[in-house]
Amino acid sequence: MSKAAEIELASVTKRYGSAVAVDAISLRIPAGTYCCLLGPSGCGKTSTLRMIAGHEDVSDGDILLGNTMITQLPPARRGTSMMFQSYALFPHLDLIDNVAFSLRMKGVERTERRNKALEMLKLMQMDGYASRRPAQLSGGQQQRVALARALITDPEALLLDEPLSALDPFLKIRMRAELKKLQTQLGITFVHVTHSQEEAMALADLIVIMNDGRIEQAATPREVFETPATAFVARFMGDHNVVSGRGAGSADGLALLDVPNGGKFAATGTAPGDGAPIDIAVRTDRVRLRPSDTKGLGFTGTISNIEYRGASVKLSVDGAGIEDFTAIVDERSFFEKPASVGEAVPVSWDAGDAIVLGRLAT
Amino acid sequence: MERPVAVAEHAVSVAEPEAKKRRKPFSLSRAASYLQALPLWLVLGFFLLLPILLLLVVSFWDYDFSGLYPDFLTLNYEDVLGSWVTWKTYLNTLKFAAIVWAITLFVGFWIAYFLAFHVRKATTQTVLFLICTVPFLTSNIIRMISWIPVLGRNGLVNSTLIQLGIIPQPIEWLLYSDFAVVLAMVHLYTLFMVTPIFNTLMRIDRSLIEAARDAGASAFQVLWTVILPLAKPGMAIGTIFVVTLVMADFSTVQVMSGGQSASVALMMKNQMSLLQYPAAAANAVVLLAIVLLMVGGILRIVDIRKEL
Repeated sequence: MSKAAEIELASVTKRYGSAVAVDAISLRIPAGTYCCLLGPSGCGKTSTLRMIAGHEDVSDGDILLGNTMITQLPPARRGTSMMFQSYALFPHLDLIDNVAFSLRMKGVERTERRNKALEMLKLMQMDGYASRRPAQLSGGQQQRVALARALITDPEALLLDEPLSALDPFLKIRMRAELKKLQTQLGITFVHVTHSQEEAMALADLIVIMNDGRIEQAATPREVFETPATAFVARFMGDHNVVSGRGAGSADGLALLDVPNGGKFAATGTAPGDGAPIDIAVRTDRVRLRPSDTKGLGFTGTISNIEYRGASVKLSVDGAGIEDFTAIVDERSFFEKPASVGEAVPVSWDAGDAIVLGRLAT
Repeated sequence: MERPVAVAEHAVSVAEPEAKKRRKPFSLSRAASYLQALPLWLVLGFFLLLPILLLLVVSFWDYDFSGLYPDFLTLNYEDVLGSWVTWKTYLNTLKFAAIVWAITLFVGFWIAYFLAFHVRKATTQTVLFLICTVPFLTSNIIRMISWIPVLGRNGLVNSTLIQLGIIPQPIEWLLYSDFAVVLAMVHLYTLFMVTPIFNTLMRIDRSLIEAARDAGASAFQVLWTVILPLAKPGMAIGTIFVVTLVMADFSTVQVMSGGQSASVALMMKNQMSLLQYPAAAANAVVLLAIVLLMVGGILRIVDIRKEL
């Protein structure tokens, strides 16, 4: 069954009238990768997926699957298969006929296609429900049937449009594990659209973060987490504080910046010209509640909020021209020296935990 | 980790119907709900049940040219069912029903399909739909009569065709014929087909069509395997409207056939004008039974509950 194919987008653009939904994005998704397209709503991730599937015309650019140019092909001849957001199971057909639908369209003989569909349902552990209608199933069961229907065409790539959004949080986590298992088992390329960072982190080999129709970063989850490429990525993933200011030269291999009406900070990376805008990211979980040894790697501020999270405590600190600076400290060290809202605390971090962020060319 | 989920799901599904079953313990509130339903009961009782009951009673009465005599005779029914003319009239009415049904279904489906799938903007959709209802701003009779100058011997159609040299003399069967009856009925009743079908088509999830296309369905296959089956409830409701309307029609048949064709309702009207009320009543009961059987048959084939 394994015949994964690489997907390549070459400056693909989607315009609706004068509005640009997807702005000349280029992306290579290696064969057999679990790729998540991640971004806020309206960022163009669904349009991108639908263009790969062939349900949306490409305004400009080309899409390749393996060595085939599929830009102009109808959906069924692309070697892709799509699983729709609300599953789009045919309400008037039972599960077998739902799964066998594409075979029926191809003119496969009735008993043969029903046998194949039943096999597919068995793979999804849904063969016991074969003669039921979709409306009689729970959300998770419907998803399995939708998967069976999408996979029966033996696709080279499976395209999933927010597959987990219709499920309750508990089921979401279970079905997500099933998706991952299935992808490993089949070895084909999965492209999965989601707006949940957690989901993308848990599933993806390759996370593609999109904003305003452009790709902000395409990298492994670990890379996205440790070295976010842009301020948008750092903010969207939520594990970093983004501090913006103006370049102020460099010292000891660290880039320096001035925060307007605030302090001076340092971060690992190359400094832009003096006075040029610069963003740095500071890992929230590496912030400590003590004065810094090095200048520029900490400040003193007042606590504006404290959230207890069990294993950790989340503090919001205002000071040095920075608002809502998040520090996640582990529970034990916080309660050894507890602090309360309104109190002034020093916060600091290591040079390696503050990095200079890039900017997309405009 | 597996078990608690299964249990939780099960518990939810069990809890719901039980909550529905629970009766209200308070008797006053139960009386109040009966009271609330009372106006509808009265209206239906006086204007539906009572007339049907009277019809049933009168259909067993005796009559002559001067009066009605309470009795219990089956003679009226024997007259209705034993007469060759009645059978022919029923067959003729059924023929009209079948032809008009087939044409309105075909035309109605495509109008609804066009409105639902090809008109993208909601405002255009509403405007076009309103245009469909424009004929209903005038009465049935006026709409029917307006066909006469169009179809008449020297009407628009005939004179145009003659002037164009397509036919040498007027076509006789355009007006006062079965053709005219069917044409007028299609004109009168197509909207009753369009509306329910349009309704069902609008409810079809557009992603189903994409899913079908994703599975390799051609435009025709999408229509045949997805849209048509899902439009069935609307078609059934439209069918019920059209069939009952045609079965009960007398004015269209009378006007458009010029008195040359018969229908059951027309027969009843004639009986009533001869003061043969019990005979007309028996006829009405038979017609009611036949129409109910037809509606029952339609409901057996198509499940329309989803639409109501």
